[in-house]
Amino acid sequence: MTAAVPKAATANAPLAGNAQRSPLLGYVALIAAVALLPAVGAYPIFVMKVMCYALFACAFNLLIGFTGLLSFGHAAFLGMAAYSAGYAMKAWGWPTPLGLAFGTLAAAAVGFVFGWLAIRRSGIYFSMITLALSQMLYFFFLQAPYTGGEDGLQSVPRGSFFGIDLSSDLTLYYVVLAIFTAGFFLIYRTVHSPFGQVLTAIRESEPRAISLGYDVDKFKLLAFVLSAGLAGLAGATKTLVLGFATLTDAVWTTSGAVILMTLVGGMGTMVGPIVGALIIVALENKIGDLGRGLAELTGINWFNSLGESVSLITGLIFILCVLAFRRGVVGEIGHLWHKLRNGSKNHGA
Amino acid sequence: MTDFFGIPLPALLGQLLLGLVNGSFYAMLSLGLAVIFGMLNIINFAHGALYMMGAFLAWIGLETLGLNYWTMLLVAPLVVGVLGILIERLLLQWLYKLDHLYGLLLTFGITLVVEGLFRSFYGVSGQPYPVPDALLGATNLGFMVLPNYRAWVVAASLVVCLAVWALIEKTSLGATLRAGTENPRLVQAFGINVPLMITLTYAGGVALAAFAGVLAAPVLQVSPLMGSNLIIVVFAVVVIGGMGSILGSILTGLGLGVIEGLTKVFYPEASNTVVFAIMAVVLLIRPAGLFGKEK
Repeated sequence: MTAAVPKAATANAPLAGNAQRSPLLGYVALIAAVALLPAVGAYPIFVMKVMCYALFACAFNLLIGFTGLLSFGHAAFLGMAAYSAGYAMKAWGWPTPLGLAFGTLAAAAVGFVFGWLAIRRSGIYFSMITLALSQMLYFFFLQAPYTGGEDGLQSVPRGSFFGIDLSSDLTLYYVVLAIFTAGFFLIYRTVHSPFGQVLTAIRESEPRAISLGYDVDKFKLLAFVLSAGLAGLAGATKTLVLGFATLTDAVWTTSGAVILMTLVGGMGTMVGPIVGALIIVALENKIGDLGRGLAELTGINWFNSLGESVSLITGLIFILCVLAFRRGVVGEIGHLWHKLRNGSKNHGA
Repeated sequence: MTDFFGIPLPALLGQLLLGLVNGSFYAMLSLGLAVIFGMLNIINFAHGALYMMGAFLAWIGLETLGLNYWTMLLVAPLVVGVLGILIERLLLQWLYKLDHLYGLLLTFGITLVVEGLFRSFYGVSGQPYPVPDALLGATNLGFMVLPNYRAWVVAASLVVCLAVWALIEKTSLGATLRAGTENPRLVQAFGINVPLMITLTYAGGVALAAFAGVLAAPVLQVSPLMGSNLIIVVFAVVVIGGMGSILGSILTGLGLGVIEGLTKVFYPEASNTVVFAIMAVVLLIRPAGLFGKEK
């Protein structure tokens, strides 16, 4: 059980290679489309929130999808950065870019400590250790004097970004899009670098990677720190967008949510986590309305409380995904596309 | 009055007992997790939710059906055990050939569903559950006043834990179970119904969690969130103890409960985190866990 190889991710591996054909063009088109969203009436705050969670999920996917490590404590990094950046910008009055950098570095530092401890065990123990460590940090946030306890850190100023005033939502939108793009392409570069290839080798067979002479622990730790830092960038940006950091950012259900986003979208695919984040954030926002609609339709009063029990729905999606849908939306589409093309090729021959 | 590092002795012993009570829950839950992991290769995240369900069933039994504590101490584990059979047959059995992590994710989903259901019906606030009449009051031991119910919890869980240990280590059924953990295919070749054994192992493990839940109902507030807070600590307990030995699980659980109780006396701010800190130290010194062996 040394090599934790997620089977779905393994199944995706040929697809990831396949998608290399002209992926960059597609990603640029995707980002251009997101840039145009406010013009067609999308609510900027909502899209920014999705972008933050999408970056968070992409960072998480770097571990689960490309290194084969299931971290069950990624909320710790989101929360650490959200609080650190918020505190630096509010209490110390740091300029926004410095606050974001501080949050990211703080998350990476926590990631270094957590990763250093957790990589001592593999497989399922790794997940349990990361979960336990993140819970420890959660209790710290709950009790520490500078996090505002149950209320959280409120009204964090947006400030300005290298001279650009961020008080308008639309200006902030493009700054957040730039941050997201930078983070996404850093992940893309990492995955497609020699370093990323070694990570994939570790995912596929850790003993073989060791026997080839790779210092597997060093690679795992570096991937973990990178993932934690990028999750931190997402958390710090989220504080900037929403203006607050609360315990919700650091709680274990958020660690579960990022797993779900990645799973729904497709582990080990580049775009999957983005799609997953969009689905889950939209679901969490709209579930109350959905419940009220269902209550009206069926006359069952219980549906009215659906908004308060988001976990019920996310739990059902979790079960469904694990049992029948392990490739996720993007992975499934890729698989279908692959099968269709291979099928037509065979017909031609 | 005797003092111990400036803490009055009765207060110290009181916290020690409360630590033992919590430790009993850790022991019963980590024991169940270890047995289930041995047979199913799945870390049962839903263990906490099913423990919560045990406590809630006790409360529902009393409030709506008038069933007393002792009846529910028997009925709740049975109900949860049957639910366990359903979970294993309908959901878990499809995952045995996949990586361990899918089992964790699936049972995590089950946790969210169970918790969400109880939240939507009963809210998040805790419900008080009365101590059964027979165990009301306290016994004066001279050096401390021992609340009867807490003493009962520790005694009952010790008996149950040791019974499980004896069942697994000392009976022929247990021998089959241990053989099944080592090599299920070979055991199957001997004509033993391994899938049935797996189902019953899961049912037994979660019934144990529900039993712990009923025991916990009068000590803690019955709330939908009581399970998930506990399960994460139990994960740390499992990492500290390792899942290799049953007696190891019991000892680690009780020991950590006591340490947590003592922390509450001497440095209350750290009482929530001390188990996690110990886990970090154990990982540095003995990564395989105190009683574990690296596979």
